[in-house]
Amino acid sequence: MSELSADGVSVAFAGLKALSEVSLQLRSGQILGLIGPNGAGKTTLVNVLTGFQAPTSGAVLLDGASLSGLEAHELRRRGVARTFQGGRLFRDLPVIDNLEVTGLGLGLSRAAAIREAGEMLDWIGISALADRIAGTLPYTDERRVAIGRALMRAPDFLLLDEPAAGMSAEEARDLSDLIRRIARERGCGVLLIEHNVGLVLGVCDHIVVLDSGAVIETGPPAAIRASERVRHAYMGTAADTGLPVQEALV
Amino acid sequence: MSALQIIFDALSLGSLYALGALGIALIFGVMRLVNFAHGDVIAFCVFALLWPSVDAIAIVFAGNLPWFLLIPFVLAMGAGLSVLCELVVFRRFRNTNPATMMIASFALGFVIRYFLLMLFSSRPKSIALLPELSQPVTVLGARMPLLQLITILVTVGVLLGLTIFLRRTRFGLEMRAAAENFTMARMLGVRANRVIMVAFALSGALAGAIALILGSQTGTANIVMGANVMLMAFIATVIGGMGSLAGAVLAGFLLGATATLLQALLPPEARAFRDAFVYGAVILVLIFRPQGILSAGGMKERV
Repeated sequence: MSELSADGVSVAFAGLKALSEVSLQLRSGQILGLIGPNGAGKTTLVNVLTGFQAPTSGAVLLDGASLSGLEAHELRRRGVARTFQGGRLFRDLPVIDNLEVTGLGLGLSRAAAIREAGEMLDWIGISALADRIAGTLPYTDERRVAIGRALMRAPDFLLLDEPAAGMSAEEARDLSDLIRRIARERGCGVLLIEHNVGLVLGVCDHIVVLDSGAVIETGPPAAIRASERVRHAYMGTAADTGLPVQEALV
Repeated sequence: MSALQIIFDALSLGSLYALGALGIALIFGVMRLVNFAHGDVIAFCVFALLWPSVDAIAIVFAGNLPWFLLIPFVLAMGAGLSVLCELVVFRRFRNTNPATMMIASFALGFVIRYFLLMLFSSRPKSIALLPELSQPVTVLGARMPLLQLITILVTVGVLLGLTIFLRRTRFGLEMRAAAENFTMARMLGVRANRVIMVAFALSGALAGAIALILGSQTGTANIVMGANVMLMAFIATVIGGMGSLAGAVLAGFLLGATATLLQALLPPEARAFRDAFVYGAVILVLIFRPQGILSAGGMKERV
């Protein structure tokens, strides 16, 4: 059992606080949701947890040991993987090469990288896409390939940054199933950032709510659904963004 | 001049530009650096065959080696100098903005050029590099120097080899990923220094190939001999869509073809202005396709 945690993490950009004293724990096999209105600091937190952004104060710990000073690729080697908003695949490369190059970067031999890439596509159920050029894929497939790429070499933790953005209800359901399988079958701890609050409430074991850079609520989905503070935090933004927050919370 | 001869002229001139453009695009791909020192690396490769002297007559050093030693020697000189440039200069500018890197490359180019100037003076020297290549051959009824045919064949060979390297080898895959999105490739564990070093080595070897062709074609060693190819190659990479290797090659051939066709078709009194017409065509292309004919896919989306 492994644990990735943020311990009192604060981030300030030119004096502006993006995160203040945020703490959370993600354990193997757990699906942790991270929600909050736009600008709450969700992506900043993921950037800190994956080594893309150094915290101004506080620390990121892996099984109690500080990861301070390590770069993103070093964290990836230690089993902390992530996806990005919009997939960010190598668009000129075939799908299988996107996974293969990740395996190579993580120290596999060529043959082993090709084998694992094939097995991964198979596990996700997108083997048919192997030879497609990544840039030509529809949105949903692109996201699934990005998840497959992040799962190469079996990381202990997977941080998903808005994987359902732009998906239909049915596609989001398929994604929920995939996220559950990642946690159950692979024992991976999943941190899910998502605007689709319904998806988060449906799939996560535990949820952390951020607003203006601070944790305003944590708890299981039922508690979050009932929270007056969460509802209040979303009031201002939900109407502007047209996201199904209100419906999901009711 | 027969149509076939014009085609061969266009192909051989285009080959030269394509090889140059490829050398620039390879480095631009992984580093967003337009390496203006590339032309001076070409000149350096030719002078590497001579003993330092300011006399008008070249004192040949490695230039007398048999071809099977001479060619690897020149390619290795290009690759070596290019890797040295990366280690000593460009590595330190890796996180600066592209304009700073470009200025650094200009400065480095001047350093190389003045280094050659000090050792060899600015006077062009006549050299006999692979003289057997200037004998004429007849292909499909068109007569041309053997060198022209070899230039075309070598370029095709280099392009095939590079394609296989990029598509079939581990380094190639890492390089394509890094060229498209360097930050992402790095995050996924691709070793940045190694990929960049290989790109510089390949680019330098391509400069060496151009040096061999130019040296045997002109029979002179001149410290500014790389400048014209560099300029045309740079234009080809811009037209090709910065960062797209296929685009750079295609645009290199297009430029060569345009220049050759204009040379053949313009009325004699207008031929002196050939380059003005070529640049005019370049401006037209850029007005209608500012992103280049084959823009690189990863250019817009960066982590």
